[in-house]
Amino acid sequence: MSCAQTIADYGLRSIGIGERLLPKGDMTLCEHATLIGSGLIWNLYYGALALFFGFFLANAIAVAKASPNPWAKKPAEWFVFIFRGSPLFIQFFLAYETFVLLPRAGIDIPLGFMTITVATSWLSKAWAGALIVLFLNTAAYSGEIFYGALRSVPKGDIEAADAYGMSGWSRFRRVIWPTMMRLAWPAYTNEAIFLFHATTLVYFSGFPAFQQKGDALYYATYFASKTFNPFVAYPVIAAYFILLTLAIIGLFGAVNRHLNRHLPKERRSRIRLRPQIIR
Amino acid sequence: MFSICADPATIEGLPWLLCYLTTGKHILFYTSFGVVLLLMLITAPAALAFGFGGAMAARSHFLPLSLIGKAYTAMVRGVPDIIFFLFVPIALDQGFEYLRHKVKCPDWDQPIWQGNDFVVCAEAKLPLSSSPQWIHESYGFTLAVLAFAVVFGAFAANVIYGAMQAVPRAQMETAEAYGMSHRQSFWRILVPQMWVYALPGLSNLWMILIKATPLLFLLGVRDIVYWARELGGSKTSHFDYPHPDWRVWYFVGLLVFYLLMTKLSEMVLGRLTARLSHGQATFAGEMQRKAAR
Repeated sequence: MSCAQTIADYGLRSIGIGERLLPKGDMTLCEHATLIGSGLIWNLYYGALALFFGFFLANAIAVAKASPNPWAKKPAEWFVFIFRGSPLFIQFFLAYETFVLLPRAGIDIPLGFMTITVATSWLSKAWAGALIVLFLNTAAYSGEIFYGALRSVPKGDIEAADAYGMSGWSRFRRVIWPTMMRLAWPAYTNEAIFLFHATTLVYFSGFPAFQQKGDALYYATYFASKTFNPFVAYPVIAAYFILLTLAIIGLFGAVNRHLNRHLPKERRSRIRLRPQIIR
Repeated sequence: MFSICADPATIEGLPWLLCYLTTGKHILFYTSFGVVLLLMLITAPAALAFGFGGAMAARSHFLPLSLIGKAYTAMVRGVPDIIFFLFVPIALDQGFEYLRHKVKCPDWDQPIWQGNDFVVCAEAKLPLSSSPQWIHESYGFTLAVLAFAVVFGAFAANVIYGAMQAVPRAQMETAEAYGMSHRQSFWRILVPQMWVYALPGLSNLWMILIKATPLLFLLGVRDIVYWARELGGSKTSHFDYPHPDWRVWYFVGLLVFYLLMTKLSEMVLGRLTARLSHGQATFAGEMQRKAAR
């Protein structure tokens, strides 16, 4: 079987298009690269969506945590502590077991004049349940990063905004928030990289892979357990993730240059990769 | 354990719960918390040693050694750590068995890679198939510790390398002016001063290590996650203590355990930082000096 045939059969296997059975007999480098690359679709899906939705919640959390009002501050602090203080692995398990316990038929919400039935079975599927966990998790981690940046916005910037007669929303939108983003961006890039790395945990925790539609690591362990040779499958997935990491650095670096475009060259913050966040 | 627990079907309420929580399997569950703590206590110094070696290699003036050190520190940056946790134990296992195979069975003529199998002679198997169960378990645990030490050593090497660079250049120049050799200035000037720069990174690493311990489950060690799944699953009336699916409660328990560990570590590390900053020419040390005045 030629490699082109393998790509045609297994290129989109992870989302259910193509051959139904996973390769059994000959497992060449081509099978490895195709199927693991196909699984990478799920890693991209989880990472990109969780990051996108998490960004908005993280901003809200940072502002709430910096607020003097205890009704906003305390919940934000607890949210951040719970999601940053416990392993993502346990969070996945806990979420899965909780979603499984929800009644299969759905929950009835009486509204007086009518009753809405909320379907719940989709929550125990990985594409939704794991995404929710990753979304909340990254919101907590980035919320903490944004909170730190918010607290280091220079005093002079805020005084200048006051002198211009800005207050409330317009001061936040035009002065504080852009500086907060600029200060937080190098750390946020790190968070994005390690969020994509964390997506490999999805199919190893409670969430099962339906019809063997898994992510890159799911297929890599499939190969490693079938051939009993870890020296092909794991380097292949490692290479994919190095490429993914480089792509993220490129993308976020472009945003970083945009955020720093008004500064003289020596004062621009550069993105340095610090491997300090795993969950 | 208790005499009232002899027939669990007849008791209910609080005594039932007490008996349920003291069954033999639950005692194993509680000891597995000790396994997790043991892993952390063994891994932390081992990873520190690996990291120190990696950082020293990366700083070396001998090019091949410094390339190895730099590659080791760089390996964790682009690749998810879980891949290393899955890869390192298998690779080490096969490496050990291969070496023993070469030594113990020199006249073996079949290839080691037979299609989809890794075959070594029976005497080279690790652990030997005749050895008791506890040797199998501790061998698995040892491989897990080695995997953790390798991966966290790479993280620690990053931190320690950065801390070595952060020691003020003037300190090293003074050492050279006093006529100290390269080795002397490294051990007497650089190493004692770098810890305060390394501490924030290392305490971060400790937090990460705490949160990485559930990955033991993936390595096949019977850790707290294994027992939580095992004990929490619904038990039919064939069992002594039948109950529905209680895994959620077990995992809530684990969550609380980890949150407590995090909180405790934060408090201890906060004190340690304050102690190490004492009298140092850093921002925190300066703050302490001003507060004392």
